[in-house]
Amino acid sequence: MSTQELVIPAPREIHTQPRTSDKVFRGVVTAGGLSSLVILGLIALFLGYRGFEILRQEGFHFITSSDWSISTDDAGNVLESHFGLAAMLAGTILCSAIAVVIALPISVFSALFLNFYAPAWLKRILVTIIDMMAAFPSILFGIWGFLVLMPSVEYWAKLLHRYLGFIPIFDMQVPVFSRSPFVAGVVLAIMIIPIITSVSREIFSQAPLDRIQAAYALGATRWAMIKAVVIPHGRSGVIGGAMLGLGRAMGETVAVFTVLNIVFQVNWQMLLGAGGNVASLIILKFGDASPYEIKALMAAGLILFLLTLVVNAIANLIVKTTGKSGR
Amino acid sequence: MTVTAVPTKPWKASKRDRALDFSIFIVALLSSYLIVFLTPMKGKLAYFFCFFAAYAVLTSVFKGVQRGSAAAKDALVNSLVAIGAIVTIIPVSSIFFTILKNGLPGIRLGLFTHDMALATPTDPLSNGGLLHAITGTLTLMILSLIMSVPIGILTALYLTEIKGRFSGPIRFLVQAMSGVPSIVAGLFILSAILYPITKGYSGFMGALALSILMIPTIARTSEEVLKLIPNDLREAGTALGGTQWRTVAMIVLPAARSGLVTATILGVARIAGETAPILLLTGGGDKVNPNAFNGPMGSLPYYIWKSFNAGSPEAITRAWAGLLVLVGLVLILFTSARFLASRKVSK
Repeated sequence: MSTQELVIPAPREIHTQPRTSDKVFRGVVTAGGLSSLVILGLIALFLGYRGFEILRQEGFHFITSSDWSISTDDAGNVLESHFGLAAMLAGTILCSAIAVVIALPISVFSALFLNFYAPAWLKRILVTIIDMMAAFPSILFGIWGFLVLMPSVEYWAKLLHRYLGFIPIFDMQVPVFSRSPFVAGVVLAIMIIPIITSVSREIFSQAPLDRIQAAYALGATRWAMIKAVVIPHGRSGVIGGAMLGLGRAMGETVAVFTVLNIVFQVNWQMLLGAGGNVASLIILKFGDASPYEIKALMAAGLILFLLTLVVNAIANLIVKTTGKSGR
Repeated sequence: MTVTAVPTKPWKASKRDRALDFSIFIVALLSSYLIVFLTPMKGKLAYFFCFFAAYAVLTSVFKGVQRGSAAAKDALVNSLVAIGAIVTIIPVSSIFFTILKNGLPGIRLGLFTHDMALATPTDPLSNGGLLHAITGTLTLMILSLIMSVPIGILTALYLTEIKGRFSGPIRFLVQAMSGVPSIVAGLFILSAILYPITKGYSGFMGALALSILMIPTIARTSEEVLKLIPNDLREAGTALGGTQWRTVAMIVLPAARSGLVTATILGVARIAGETAPILLLTGGGDKVNPNAFNGPMGSLPYYIWKSFNAGSPEAITRAWAGLLVLVGLVLILFTSARFLASRKVSK
């Protein structure tokens, strides 16, 4: 009978150094995580690099003048060129402002309906439909807006002009109603309703339940409760949602391009059929642009990118701070 | 004689209340007809708005007389909120109705077996089809999936598992990235890759731009999903001696599998109908092109765009048929994502 040799295992060395596999894992994941930073940086860098020549040549005129012309000699050399985005920027701001003004009350009301009025089954169906609407492709809104919506919107525009024409923004000298910023604004409003609704719904559903029930217990009607509890809680969140919608509306391309008549002249009369839009300008001019003009389009893209980035950043900050504070 | 107490429900609408409600409804209906008849307004929407305005005014006046100003305001807001919900639904139902009405006449079997190599959009509907567009869209989807799913999920893992120094800024940047206009993504690929390197349109260029648009959707949804995985699971993995890598790969990711699939599908649904970068980058060929790295590639949005701009009745019908197929595709993706998401909750 052999005696088994007693093996005393040496105590495992304990250390807090991560193993190689973990180091690799953390490295890879961090690299992946930083990709969004890299991509955003590269977008700004490349658009800036391509558009630099134009931006330097035009200076501030690039956003203050509204002349977009290029003249070449027979050999294709550029003789003289003027690139100004003022009309397009004004149009972008006008269209998206109209969209937000129309969409905000509708979205807030439907978010209130979903949270505090609708029975559970109706709420489920409506939320599905609204989420689905957010997934519709923008070309669908464009074609539908052009063929189906535009006739009715033109008709509303005529009514507005007739009865409210004394207000400067509804005024116009030449009665051309089709393809106006107002039409584009209505189409954009329909596109951003789902975004504003879902952000508002999220914020409203975080309204403190104890206060809601306290308001009811004190005999408040539903509206009195909403006014006293829900709106103070959700006000800034709704503003953030509206700005998210604004950012989306500013960057929308195809839907606006199909319904808007692009004219290189600053126009603030929203019912007149002449507007501008930076994103649509790029699609419009891209088809037959010379390499030189492409540079100007890149610069326009850079301006659009920075504009939407700022709007979105502010919106996200507002939404995030309200979500956290909870009041 | 015993007296049984009958439960009273004083809050329930009495017969008189119901009759009053109904008469208000009728009066509102009649007055909407009257208003439309007397003023130059016309059309279905005019009836609709006059009816709602009349109903809102009548109910609030009535409640005000009956119960005071607080009840009047409440009744007014009741109507406004209902209008808000209905106005949100009208465009969707109109879109569905028009797509089906205009798209169905253009749908036939040959559509899925032919491409447009030998036909132009203005040809009779029996010529050509959208095979090239469907294969192109599927190719674009698969290519952009391959590129954006790893990056999106890695970003989500960084935010939920590593929680490093840059978590705050990265969450912020991902949000910002989801607001990048699609045309800017297209211009970026154009300036950074197409002009200096490949110098020719191809499906791959389009897929690159689409994955820029897809990454934030996938990253944000995956982050939400990974947050739902209970911390107990991670701690159990570490307690059993697993390294972080093994814990994530063998416990966290399998547990979140269906949620991650949902995130991916939502990402695909987001880019399926993107048009602007496709117009800039893919060149939109009319022939089935199996090589995504060389030569123009057609896709559904491009096909719709081209047909719509051709303008003849046949071309418009083609565009609607294309839209019907595209929306069908998006809806299938969307429904499956929701189905998977609802199963995840029940588990």
